[in-house]
Amino acid sequence: MSLEYTFETKLLHNKHKYDPETGAVSVPIQHASTFHQKDIDQFGKYDYSRSLNPTREALEEVMAELEEGTRAFAFSSGMAAISTAFLLLSQGDHVVITEDVYGGTYRMVTTVLNRFGIEHTFVDMTNLEEVEAAIQPNTKLFYVETPSNPLLKVTDIRAISDLAKKHGALTFVDNTFLTPALQKPLNLGADVVLHSATKFLSGHSDVIAGVAVVKDEALAARLGALQNSFGAVLGVQDCWLLLRGIKTLHVRMKHSSEGAKEIATYLRNHPLIKNVYYPGFEDHPQYDIQSKQATSPGAVFSFELHNEEQMRSFVEHLELPVFAVSLGAVESILSYPAKMSHAAMDPIARQERGITDSLLRLSVGLENPQDLINDIENALQKTAEPLLK
Amino acid sequence: MYNVETKLAQIGNRSENVTGTVNPPVYFSTAYRHAGIGQSTGYDYTRTGNPTRELLENAICDLEGGDRGFACSSGMAAIQTILSLFKSGDELIVSKDLYGGTYRLLEQGFKKWGLKSTYINTSNVDVLRSSITSDTKAIFLETPTNPLMEQTDISEVAVLAKEHNILLIVDNTFYTPIIQQPILLGADIVIHSATKYLGGHNDVLAGLIVAKGEEICNELALHHNSAGAVLSPFDSWLLMRGMKTLALRMEKHEENAKQLCTFLESNSAVVDVLYPGRGGMISFRIQDESWVNPFLQSLTLISFAESLGGVESFITYPATQTHADIPEEIRIETGVCNRLLRFSVGIENINDLIKDLDKAFSIAQGLAKEVTTI
Repeated sequence: MSLEYTFETKLLHNKHKYDPETGAVSVPIQHASTFHQKDIDQFGKYDYSRSLNPTREALEEVMAELEEGTRAFAFSSGMAAISTAFLLLSQGDHVVITEDVYGGTYRMVTTVLNRFGIEHTFVDMTNLEEVEAAIQPNTKLFYVETPSNPLLKVTDIRAISDLAKKHGALTFVDNTFLTPALQKPLNLGADVVLHSATKFLSGHSDVIAGVAVVKDEALAARLGALQNSFGAVLGVQDCWLLLRGIKTLHVRMKHSSEGAKEIATYLRNHPLIKNVYYPGFEDHPQYDIQSKQATSPGAVFSFELHNEEQMRSFVEHLELPVFAVSLGAVESILSYPAKMSHAAMDPIARQERGITDSLLRLSVGLENPQDLINDIENALQKTAEPLLK
Repeated sequence: MYNVETKLAQIGNRSENVTGTVNPPVYFSTAYRHAGIGQSTGYDYTRTGNPTRELLENAICDLEGGDRGFACSSGMAAIQTILSLFKSGDELIVSKDLYGGTYRLLEQGFKKWGLKSTYINTSNVDVLRSSITSDTKAIFLETPTNPLMEQTDISEVAVLAKEHNILLIVDNTFYTPIIQQPILLGADIVIHSATKYLGGHNDVLAGLIVAKGEEICNELALHHNSAGAVLSPFDSWLLMRGMKTLALRMEKHEENAKQLCTFLESNSAVVDVLYPGRGGMISFRIQDESWVNPFLQSLTLISFAESLGGVESFITYPATQTHADIPEEIRIETGVCNRLLRFSVGIENINDLIKDLDKAFSIAQGLAKEVTTI
C-alpha cells in the first residue's frame, strides 16, 4: 500500500501506522522475552524475542521499505550491525576496504577479522584503477563508506558494485551520513546497506543502534540467521525510540543539509580556514558522482585550520556546538577526528589519509544556521586576535 | 539570545557537568537523600520537584517568556491546576467555542463547587467588557478557537483584564510559542495540551502551564504540588525530545495547511474552509451530512482519530468526538454542526495528502448520489 507514497509520507504511513487490534497510532513496546505457544508441534511466528519481536519487527520492516530492500535487521549498535554483516565472510576471504573508513570499522578489520583469517587491503575507493589492482582471487567483499568519514570523499556506488559483481563479490555500503532520505545504495547495486542508526536515523543523541538492510532474499536469510545466532539485537525500547526518530527524518535532513551548505560556504571564504571538505561544492573532485547518486550532499563536512594551535583556540571559543564524538543529532556536534572517530587508527596511517591534527568535523543540527555562523565567526575572531598583535 | 530553533535543538543540553551528557538523564528517583537536617539539594520528593521535569518546565518557560513553568500529567490536569486558583462565588468568562473537555470540567466539575462560567464570543471585546461582573476573576481564552478557528486579540483583552484587575489565561495549544507568545502580549497564564504539537508524535499525554508574576507562580506551585497531577519523568523527557523538532514540524504543518486550504476551497464537496492564517489546523464543512461517514471511511492515508498536532494527519469529527459533551443545541448554535470536520494537517508530502482527500471526496459524493436514487 505505502509503496505509492513519496518518501516523506512513507516515514509516517506504513504497515505499522496503527495497531490492528486497538487502533493505537504509536507502535506498542512489547517487552516480552518469550511468547506463549498454543500448539505443541506448530509454533507461532514469535517464540523468543532474540529471534523475532513485534516491536523490532516493526522497525525492521520500516527500514527495509525506506532503503527499498526486502529485509532489514536491527542491532544493538552500528558496530554490531557491521560486525554481524562481516560474519557473512569465511576464513580465507579477502576484503577490499576504503582507506578512510570509520575508526571502529578499521579496528574490527585490522585487529579482529585478521585473527579469523580474513584478509584486507585498504584502497582509495574513489580511484577505480587502484581498486581493481587490489582485487585477489579470494576477494569476496568491497566495503564502501560514501561520503567518507571524515574527508567526505565520494565513491561511485554503481561502479564499485558492478566491479564486485564481475568478481562474484559482495558490496557493503555504510549509508550513515546520508540515510535513505538522500541516498539509496541498494538501488545502485549494493548488496548490504549498513547504518549506525545512532546518527541521523534516530537523530536525538539518545539511542545507540545499528541497522543492516538487504535486497537479495537468500542473502537476507543468511544475515537473519547470523543476527539470531550472534544475538546482538536491538532492545525494544530503543527500537521504539528509533521508530519515533525516523518520523521526522525528512524535515531534519532537509534543515541540517541546508544549514551545512550555508556554513561550509561561510568557512570556505574565511582566511583562517585552510580547507573545507564538502561534496556540495562544484569543485569537489567527485561533485558529479555525488549529484548523480544522492539528492543532497548531506549535513556533515570537515574543515582544516592552518595549525593545531589555532584549531585548539577555535574549539575553546565555540559556545554552541557540542564538542563530542558522534554526529547526526538535533544538536550540532563538532568532532576532532584525530582524537575521536579515528583515534583507533595508527597515527602514521591517519596522517597518510589526510586526517591531520588541525582537522575538525561538523555535523550540523537543527539550530538556526545563522546562530551557528555567529558563534563560529566569534570563535574565529578570538582565534585571530593574538595573530594580529 | 538565540533564535527559537536553536533554543529548541539545545533543550536539556549542558544540563549536567559530571558526565558531559548531551542528552539529559531521566531521573526516575522518587526521593532525594539529604546530607543533614535542613540540608536539601533542592530536591526532596519528585512530586514537588524532579530534575528531568524541571528542565522541561524551564524550557517551556523560556519559550513562552514567563517566570515559571509547570508540567502536568495531561492538558486537563493543567487546566484543573489553574482552576484551583479560584474559590466558590468566583466567576470566569470563557470562550464559547472551546474544547469539550474544558467545558465538561467547568460544567460537571467546578460548577458544583460554586465556580460560575459565562460562555461568550471572546473575539468581540465589547461583549467581553459587558460580561464582566464584580465577581469575575479571570478570562479564559482559546485562540484560535477549537474547532471554529476564531481569533481573539490577546493584547486588547489583556488591557481590559488589567483595567478590571482580573487574570487572563490563554490556551496556546493550537499555535504554540513558535507562532504566538500570549504572555508577551499581556496574558498572565498560558496553558498547553502538550500532547499535541509540543509532543508532536501522538505518544505522550501532557499539559504545561507558564505563568508570569511571583505571587501567581507561588500559588500555582502550591497547587501543582498539593493536587499532584504532575508529569512523570519519562514523559517529561519524551516531551523534550519532541520539542527539539517543533520548529521544523510547525513550518511543514503550516506549509501543508496553506496548500490544503486552496485545495479544499476549490473542492465541490466542501462548503466552508475555516483557517486562521497560521499553524496546521483547518476546519471545513462538507456539503451534505450523509457524505461525512463515507468520506471518513474512504481515507486511507489520513487517520480518523481524536487528537491533533502529531506528525501524522488526523481528521476529527467534533460532533461525536471532541465536542460530544456539549449539549447538541448549544453545539450546533455555536457552529459546530454535524457537517463540520477538523483537520490536523501532518508533515506528509502535500501531493499524497491531496490525492487521499480527492479520492475520499469522490467516493463520498458517489455514495451519496446512490443513496438518493434508491
